[in-house]
Amino acid sequence: MSSDNKQEVYFSNPILKWVDERFPLSKVLREHATEYYASKNFNIWYIFGVLSTVVLVLMLITGLFLTMNYKPSAAEAFNSVEYIMRSVEYGWLMRYMHSTGASFFFIVLYLHMFRGMLYGSYKNPRELIWLLGMMLYFCLMAEAFLGYILPWGNMSYWAAQVIVNLFGTIPFIGDTLVEWIRGDYYISDITLNRFFALHVIAMPLAILGLVFAHIVALHHIGSNNPDGIEIKDNKDAQGKPIDGVAFHPFHTSKDLVWIIIFLILYFGAVFFAPEMGGLFLEVDNFEPANPLKTPEHIVPSWYFTPYYAILRSIPDPLLGFIALVSAVVCFVFLPWLDKCKVKSIRYRGWQYKVALAIFVISFVSLGYLGMQPSSGIYLILARVFTVLYFSFFLLMPFYTRLEKTKPVPDRVVYKK
Amino acid sequence: MSKVGRRKFLSIATSVTGAVGGIFALTPFVLSFQPSKRAKALGAAIKINIEKIEPGSIVKVIWKGMPVWILHRSEKMLDKIDSSIDELRDPNSELSVQPNFAKNTFRSIKPEYLVVEGVCTHLGCAPIEKFAIAPADMGPDWEGGFFCPCHGSKFDLSGRVFSGVPAPSNLRIPPHHYENETTLIIGENQEEENV
Ligand code: HEM
Ligand code: FES
Repeated sequence: MSSDNKQEVYFSNPILKWVDERFPLSKVLREHATEYYASKNFNIWYIFGVLSTVVLVLMLITGLFLTMNYKPSAAEAFNSVEYIMRSVEYGWLMRYMHSTGASFFFIVLYLHMFRGMLYGSYKNPRELIWLLGMMLYFCLMAEAFLGYILPWGNMSYWAAQVIVNLFGTIPFIGDTLVEWIRGDYYISDITLNRFFALHVIAMPLAILGLVFAHIVALHHIGSNNPDGIEIKDNKDAQGKPIDGVAFHPFHTSKDLVWIIIFLILYFGAVFFAPEMGGLFLEVDNFEPANPLKTPEHIVPSWYFTPYYAILRSIPDPLLGFIALVSAVVCFVFLPWLDKCKVKSIRYRGWQYKVALAIFVISFVSLGYLGMQPSSGIYLILARVFTVLYFSFFLLMPFYTRLEKTKPVPDRVVYKK
Repeated sequence: MSKVGRRKFLSIATSVTGAVGGIFALTPFVLSFQPSKRAKALGAAIKINIEKIEPGSIVKVIWKGMPVWILHRSEKMLDKIDSSIDELRDPNSELSVQPNFAKNTFRSIKPEYLVVEGVCTHLGCAPIEKFAIAPADMGPDWEGGFFCPCHGSKFDLSGRVFSGVPAPSNLRIPPHHYENETTLIIGENQEEENV
């Protein structure tokens, strides 16, 4: 390996050459783009990580421009959002891109996580990538909740009330903790102001740091693929994985096509259905916060409704809170709950396939039930799906041990 | 002590000192999240004229940022106050928060006026008044009371919680007293109650 030699030929442009002598530019580009090899049989499930990054950038840019006109005070917040919508040039576009972006973020994120469950991407040696991803998920949930409060509509206000009070169910320290989070004896101007600070500074910084660590860890290990085999086990004479192709230009050019398709869908929603029938922006939030009147149908954003359904299906407040938190945290333990040695669902036994199908049905159904009133048949169904949801995780060490797996190929396969 | 032992000791001592210092440095940031002095100072008692509240109607005011209701219970309402007593979780307010004078069926000073915080004891939504008897949405056994839209908790006309709903206790009764026949003070009890 004559890396000095390579260094010389990497850039022909004299300015870039000058920079490269003083900064490891070509080294980074090699390691992370032109000589980062990822499997050549990636399918559509592998696009969602790139798309999350695209949405993150959109959120940062539109968020920055919203911040220029938004006022984080109880007296002015609601009106400042109206002002952004009506008076600021292209303010409506910034706001709709930001609010639609939040929903698209979660669509992309859930598909990204599901990919990990399909192809065993959380398994050894990628546990840490998965854990960093989970931390990102938690931070994004916090970020979305904090952002949801900012317009200070009636739904914002009562969502803050209910979610913050969840911490009040913790024995002994609950009440003090709630007061500490609010900084007041009720959800007030003080609460809004600090949520704003967390939304625009603390969480975005944490998210950027985590994304960086997520990608560094990924590039250290190398991406998984739909066959769940390590392409690094099969290298050619130059030491390149035979089944891999360089991230740039091969994967980037393919990704660009998907990014364009994604942007068409995203801007379709931004321009033609920014409220998405009340799913992306809720009707009750077009009324200013009113501490005397809870909206008749209080429903969180669609991406939280599965957990909300679990919370409501349990009559005891503390147990409900514990169930809610466990439902979110469960994913963290997947690398250790799954005892099957085979990664990809292509070669796994029927037990995991059935369990995963039941899990998906439960998650989607809970998402639907979380938007319905919690009584009668809806409540019974929510309880059934809550049990199924947790069974997927709790029984996993047992059913994954029983799996009869198919032989795993040595080289990646194209069609399956 | 050997050289290595000495180094190890010094590294540990430095780390521990650093960690303690770190905790001290963190303290002001954690404590700055508490309610500020101004937030603490707000929440003084408020005065309400109750003359104009018709029997059977409710007035909602804000005290310390939260809704407080004044319900003028009609004769009919008072007669039926205990009609659902078997379905209540805490009919005698043993598990609930209220000044001592309100630890009874009416949960009030004067039976006809209920002064209660409109804050669901589950997660803090504002319950909605459902005074009609047996309306379609509340079922045939409903004798009038409050319904929380968030997770379906139900309360009777004394703010007492039904069993089998998420709210664990009765609606809280704030400190209050009457300055004279028509003036209600919310935020303080009568002198002797305060001590
Ligand atoms: C990174 C992921 C982010 C997510 C998931 C997110 C999510 C949200 C959501 C759900 C809302 C409420 C939408 C609405 O009803 O208008 C919102 C509002 C807002 N966000 Fe973000 N946000 C993110 C990043 C940022 C960043 C980085 C900034 C600023 C630097 C920012 C600034 C704002 C502002 C000022 C508002 C209030 C204005 C408005 O309601 O339209 N956001 N955000
Ligand atoms: S807040 Fe009233 S039932 Fe949950």
